[in-house]
Amino acid sequence: MTMQREESPTTDGAVINNYTINFGPQHPAAHGVLRMVMELDGEVIERIDPHVGLLHRGTEKLIEHKTYLQALPYFDRLDYVSPLCQEHSYVLVIEKLLNLEVPIRAQYLRVLFAELTRISNHMLNMGAHILDVGAFTPNLWIMDLREDCMNFFERASGARMHSAWFRPGGVHQDVPEKLLVDIGDWLDHRFFQLFEDAMSLVIDNRIFKQRNVDIAVVGRDDAIAWGFSGPMIRAAGIPWDLRKSQPYDVYDRMEFDIPVGTNSDCYDRFMVRVKEVYESAKIIRQCLRDLPAGPIASSDSKVSPPKRAEMKQSMESLIHHFKLYTEGFHVPAGEVYVATESPKGEFGVYLVSDGTNKPYRCKIRPTAFSHLQAMDFMCKGHMLPDATAILGAIDVVFGECDR
Amino acid sequence: MAVLHSAPKFASNEGVIDAISESISVWLIDAQETHGEVSFRVQRDAIEQVLRSLRDDHQYQQLMEIAGVDYPDRAERFEVVYMLLSLTKNHRVMVKCSADENTPVPTVTTLWPNAGWLEREVFDMFGVTFAGNPDLRRILTDYGFEGHPFRKDFPLTGYTELRYSEEEKRVVYEPVELVQEMREFDFLSPWEGADYVLPGDEKADEKAPPAKPEGGAKK
Repeated sequence: MTMQREESPTTDGAVINNYTINFGPQHPAAHGVLRMVMELDGEVIERIDPHVGLLHRGTEKLIEHKTYLQALPYFDRLDYVSPLCQEHSYVLVIEKLLNLEVPIRAQYLRVLFAELTRISNHMLNMGAHILDVGAFTPNLWIMDLREDCMNFFERASGARMHSAWFRPGGVHQDVPEKLLVDIGDWLDHRFFQLFEDAMSLVIDNRIFKQRNVDIAVVGRDDAIAWGFSGPMIRAAGIPWDLRKSQPYDVYDRMEFDIPVGTNSDCYDRFMVRVKEVYESAKIIRQCLRDLPAGPIASSDSKVSPPKRAEMKQSMESLIHHFKLYTEGFHVPAGEVYVATESPKGEFGVYLVSDGTNKPYRCKIRPTAFSHLQAMDFMCKGHMLPDATAILGAIDVVFGECDR
Repeated sequence: MAVLHSAPKFASNEGVIDAISESISVWLIDAQETHGEVSFRVQRDAIEQVLRSLRDDHQYQQLMEIAGVDYPDRAERFEVVYMLLSLTKNHRVMVKCSADENTPVPTVTTLWPNAGWLEREVFDMFGVTFAGNPDLRRILTDYGFEGHPFRKDFPLTGYTELRYSEEEKRVVYEPVELVQEMREFDFLSPWEGADYVLPGDEKADEKAPPAKPEGGAKK
């Protein structure tokens, strides 16, 4: 590390050194294991060098050694704050290569749960952001809402976090009727009261605004050049949302708006997420209203497993089951890049298939990589405590960034 | 072929290949549309000019991803794939070039600032170098790591493992020692069974009749 020596006018010719500090890798405001080497002039940040990869587990390499179905649970463990949205990209990329039709009920269920995941992700991120800039109470309240979402995931899939519920061709199991009723009830009678209470504490709060307004302003052109996506690009005033512009599943049947910011600072990024929660709730209500009856998995028995009861009766079902859970299904050779709008931005999967039962290469495009790379650019000239606000507003999760 | 899947639908690919091929024809090797995705294979040395033309003349404003792929059988074993996104045309294209360890790919950090980390990742994982990248360090692997883990000839278990040593009071690196052999299940032929010897099953072959099922497992 080179030390810059410069003469300071206030010390009568005495030489002052810039000093370098280490932010992380274990730091509560680092949102995981992030190490940032910061060069400071007093309390002003001159340069930041983020070191990522401390949580690198070689997911992409592991996926090359698993069948397509076995690789699915790895996606829950990337961005462990919004697991179902990661699965969404993966199942869509397989379906695109197979050109597989998904029953309409399954598409509705996927959209419903992807939006529920978005709410639960934003609850964690907004809570952590608020906590990072000094407020304590709202985090506790909205964490409770996140817990409610987890209970819904558990009732649908059996697991609170690592659901592995989206499958190529549909979803794993149908949801009980009571769960859908309860989600509607929760939106009507519990969610908004608690959420609006929590937000009323921070949105107009003087301290919260002092910490966020005009921090890390990124212009439209810069946001595009740095490869921003999700709330980061929308806060810059660009109404770009993959759910709207490149609809997948039944998003083209949904009515919702894209909230955009005007100032492109940390406050706008926060507010875009607040508004997105309302839009997600709108989508969930539409899904609950329109959810059709029908099958929840593709009828192609070479891809989706037979029902348990069928296996007791039919030899063919038994064979299909055995083949699916040993050999798995074969995916036609080809290369496809599919990106969906995860709560954090564009989450993409580039899949290279060689026609066998295992992916030849599965490149995951994490949302945080491009955003975190701009840390140096965004933090330059800001004070040290602003770095935590900027990091909070990016919404990084290192499981996904480091893979 | 009718589109049955429900993957993201972006703008139509119609005419895209013709329009782009015309302006990059000097460097173009091959252009194709498969599975609804448009991809261009171009000469390695011209990758910067090609992407500049796509960004400035064809409105592909964002570089979303650079992916490396390893094909050990090819003369130039690595493929570097650039995913571009147009916000105005709502369209995606892929641009590919091939490389090996000794042939650097020109950097595109001159076009997009976020290419820096993406190129670092391809360098770290595959060992492809990028000429002109001002900061080509490793990014995802450990400090002092050797080798390029996503190459197909790099073992899944790696070569070193680390543990905390009570005697030395620090983390030490040691060669990987597996208590049992790493088993790669051959799911391609589940009817024939695996071609390795299961633990405790070592004597099975001795009792087997002369025509033992040697060629049973096909790879």
